[in-house]
Amino acid sequence: MIRFENVGLRYGTGREVLSDLTFSIAPHSFQFLTGPSGAGKTTLIRLLFLNLKPTRGLISIFGKDTALLRRADMPALRRRIGVVFQDFRLLDHLTTYENVALPYRVLGKDEASYRADVADLLDWVGLGDRKHVYPPVLSGGEKQRAAIARALITKPEFLLADEPTGNVDPPLARRLLRLFLELNRLGTAVLIATHDIGLMDQLDARRMVIEGGHLEIYE
Amino acid sequence: MKTAVPKRTRTAAVPKAARAGADAANASPIVPPQAIAGRTLVLVIAIMTFLAGFTIAVVSVIDRAADAWASDIGREVTIEVRPLDGVAINDEVDKAVALAQEFSGVGGARGLSDAETQRLLEPWLGPGTDLSALPVPRLVVVSIDDASSFDVKALADAVGRQIRGGSVDDHALWVDRLSAMASSMVFAGIGLMTLMLVALVLSVVFATRAAMAGNRDVIEVLHFCGAEDRFIAGQFQRRFLLFGVEGGTIGGALALLAMAIAAWAIGGSAGRPGADQIEALFGHFELPGTAYGLVLALVVAVALLTALTSRLAVRRSLSALD
Repeated sequence: MIRFENVGLRYGTGREVLSDLTFSIAPHSFQFLTGPSGAGKTTLIRLLFLNLKPTRGLISIFGKDTALLRRADMPALRRRIGVVFQDFRLLDHLTTYENVALPYRVLGKDEASYRADVADLLDWVGLGDRKHVYPPVLSGGEKQRAAIARALITKPEFLLADEPTGNVDPPLARRLLRLFLELNRLGTAVLIATHDIGLMDQLDARRMVIEGGHLEIYE
Repeated sequence: MKTAVPKRTRTAAVPKAARAGADAANASPIVPPQAIAGRTLVLVIAIMTFLAGFTIAVVSVIDRAADAWASDIGREVTIEVRPLDGVAINDEVDKAVALAQEFSGVGGARGLSDAETQRLLEPWLGPGTDLSALPVPRLVVVSIDDASSFDVKALADAVGRQIRGGSVDDHALWVDRLSAMASSMVFAGIGLMTLMLVALVLSVVFATRAAMAGNRDVIEVLHFCGAEDRFIAGQFQRRFLLFGVEGGTIGGALALLAMAIAAWAIGGSAGRPGADQIEALFGHFELPGTAYGLVLALVVAVALLTALTSRLAVRRSLSALD
């Protein structure tokens, strides 16, 4: 589904922040991406959702070489990828309901066709009674769950989550992890970037460890 | 704790769906209105539309007046009979009248009486001048009923051959000058309007770029949600269309109001010094119906131009992001 071959990335004329990354992500797989702060986790995630272009190497996403992608082809690929950002990226002028429904609005769907799905998903992440609320009023954990709901609402084939438990307490972190596992069980490939060892120890899953721009994989 | 992903069905409980739908029935705009300097842009659009609308109105009045002048002048020609030694000028005038009436398209011809000639010359010679002592030419006014069948060259040739001291003036020089002046005014008006619309487009481009810079986070979120450029451009275009409609309507209405006030002020000056000259130039000072239509078309054009410009500016900026 996703394939990296000898991928390198440098900003400007600086040193390479990612070097010789070679790995694959299979459909329905579950993996953690970990490493110290500043190791390149977020940069790798940006490469994975087509927000950055590599300086060298091959990236193939859903069978398409990203170097050959036209700008007009990118939205269709991005719709198959859900992203949860460390800083949530919720739109403050939209309610929780509207934020979660945003991917459907982007698709041009009629509101009546997704209304029930959004309401159900908000209930599922425990925000059923917060759908009228604007993000500035939500707690960190609630924002995190709203961001996750937005990433999941269109049932993406691949979910990227950057530190999804970074702003929540351990019980909620465990609940969110179960949420990701359930999603994975239903067929979505999941990659969770985290440096929370405790979270990773709860699960026997593939670990991708990035350090100094190099990647080690522990199956 | 068992976590169950909700099933994606459309048969969810209606009451719940209806409650959620109540939130989205009035869905918030994706680009927040307060993040765009809309008031300033509306003001700029209103000013530009006012100036363009006023230009249309003024040019329309002048163009109509020029048409009227050209039409009035073109409906008659003048035969001038100069006094010559040994020639009875009154006989030549009578011959000229009779000759002119034989031509096709001529509605009538008459020689100006001594009294009328004296009145014409009064500004230069003063009142009560005895014209019989002066070699003053006599004029025959020939009215044209049907310009298409009237041959002015044939009349000029006939007058040259048969009327001693006679010549024809068809006012072509005046008509040409009036036509050139009216054309100049129309071109100047079009030039001014073009400059105003270019200034409007530039203002919208700057406002759009500022709006995009202020909404970079919104654009990023839309991008990773898989939004196409046209969708993002559409969000901005919608907002700018509203600004264009609002600013254009205000500016267009003010332009029409200004013309109405100008017409009222000039109408109210009847009887005052100079008022008769204004009326002679412009007739009754009122806006032609086409001017109202053109100003309304201008309002629509300004709104569409604003929306289209913002759309193109957004798409161009998005392309430059890669």
